Amino acid sequence: MSQQLVLNNVTVSYNRIPAVHHLTATLLSPSCVALLGPNGAGKTTLLKAIAGLLPLETGRIDFDGQQLKNSGRRVVAYVPQREVVDWDFPVTVRGLVEMGRFSSLGNWGRFSALDDAAVIEALHICDLEDLAGRQISALSGGQQQRAFLARAWAQQAEIYLLDEPFTGLDRNATEAFAQAMRRLRDAGKLVIASHHDLKSVESLFDHILLLNGELVASGPTAEAFTRKNLDSAYDVHVFSGHAHPHTHA
Amino acid sequence: MNWITEPFSYDFMQRALLACILVGFTNGFLGAYVVVRRLALMADALSHSLLPGLALAAIVVGLSPAGLLFGGLLAAVFVVLGGHLISRSSRVKEETAIAALYIVAFAFGIAIIKYGGVNVSLDHFLFGNILGVGNSDLWTSYCITCVALLLLVAFQRPLFLAIFEASVAKTLGIPVGWLMGLLILLIVLAMVSSLQAVGVLLSLGLLILPAATIYLMSDRFEVMLWGGAGLGTAGAVAGLLLSFWVNIPSGPAIVLILGSVFLLAYLFSPRYGVLRRFFHRRHMHEESLERWKSESPRDTSGEA
Repeated sequence: MSQQLVLNNVTVSYNRIPAVHHLTATLLSPSCVALLGPNGAGKTTLLKAIAGLLPLETGRIDFDGQQLKNSGRRVVAYVPQREVVDWDFPVTVRGLVEMGRFSSLGNWGRFSALDDAAVIEALHICDLEDLAGRQISALSGGQQQRAFLARAWAQQAEIYLLDEPFTGLDRNATEAFAQAMRRLRDAGKLVIASHHDLKSVESLFDHILLLNGELVASGPTAEAFTRKNLDSAYDVHVFSGHAHPHTHA
Repeated sequence: MNWITEPFSYDFMQRALLACILVGFTNGFLGAYVVVRRLALMADALSHSLLPGLALAAIVVGLSPAGLLFGGLLAAVFVVLGGHLISRSSRVKEETAIAALYIVAFAFGIAIIKYGGVNVSLDHFLFGNILGVGNSDLWTSYCITCVALLLLVAFQRPLFLAIFEASVAKTLGIPVGWLMGLLILLIVLAMVSSLQAVGVLLSLGLLILPAATIYLMSDRFEVMLWGGAGLGTAGAVAGLLLSFWVNIPSGPAIVLILGSVFLLAYLFSPRYGVLRRFFHRRHMHEESLERWKSESPRDTSGEA
């Protein structure tokens, strides 16, 4: 009974310039999917579109047979890039993870034992129990990234959208974060992360979605992560509304 | 104890005390949002832009609190929306556009007070006059306090999410734009209510100093909200007493007291005070060792 996220003919614009063109792909849950492509390929744009932050110009996105924007707010958990967070915000790791429960609690709902259990589980999954009382700026980069993943976990969504979660993490922090990510997958969730380090793709993700303005390839890493596909994504200027620098692997 | 109770044997002082409690509490509570969302400069712009609205209201409907409230709101909305419009439609960035509009509005306000025959001195608007608080002012403050607290407590969770990360809040279906509008509306309301106590120019102090002080002392947002409210109330009452004893205007007295507390927190806060950091520096290696020990068995992401 595997669920699937179906992108059907999806076109999204960013700052009024089309960034993702007529993209059709199916992502099976559970899995860890890497969104790959050169800078400006539309990775973040596509994540934001799935999160409902950008409107679709054409096409639709379905999850589990239902249009995503109609299936309630608790299906998708979005984790933004680390740079956009105000780290001096007066909140501890535990307080951050508790925010993940707000959407199901509503404005007045009292924090129940069930919510408490969800928070503790999220902290445990992401190896943060010992740091729960820390203010979020007193964490290392890897811990910060895991704290935000823990909040998404506490939200108990089905789809987890991570924007460049591995950027700036060293090897150990990468491994710790990847472990938390795999635990999400093993719990039956769909994890989609934009990613730019091609060397680590095979060890971190089981599926890839290769973009360059439009879809280049999509499928299990073993099949789709090929020299040929990468060349056509990174070397050929396929489709984009504006010029952008290409990053070569 | 006579020197404490004596001021409150006067009727006008009892009213002033009540006004200080209401105004201090509301502004202190709301200040947490202003400080954390970095709206202090916006709030400053709002406070200045109240002046022409107040002056116009005073000309048209006289000095009734409701008229002043309406005029002030109108002027503030004009400056905020106008700034937004200018920044959207031209190269000028939003903070410049708002600053340009509010300073022009302020100048306009002074001009019409001086030459439009407003039956009140400019000082009254600029610095307030808490000893002249009337019953209708008290009722206005009371209503504003109730409305502001009710809304802020009711929307505490979505507001918290919206000011922390707008994009995540949007994915949860939270109307971030509306909540920010609500926040600005409440800032204006709180400022109008503190007008009698501290005036247009000093109302900013009542709004941000308590929250900024608690921000230096706590890592919990709820503590900032309620602690700011408590500190705002205490500071306003203490300022009132100071103004009575030393015979200075209440506005400066309140702001000076709150400012002193802020300075103390800046220096001595056990958590984020500069002195603590200064003395702590010697022990950095110990802290690092402790962190290493606490993390190494399970978590090896030691890039801190």
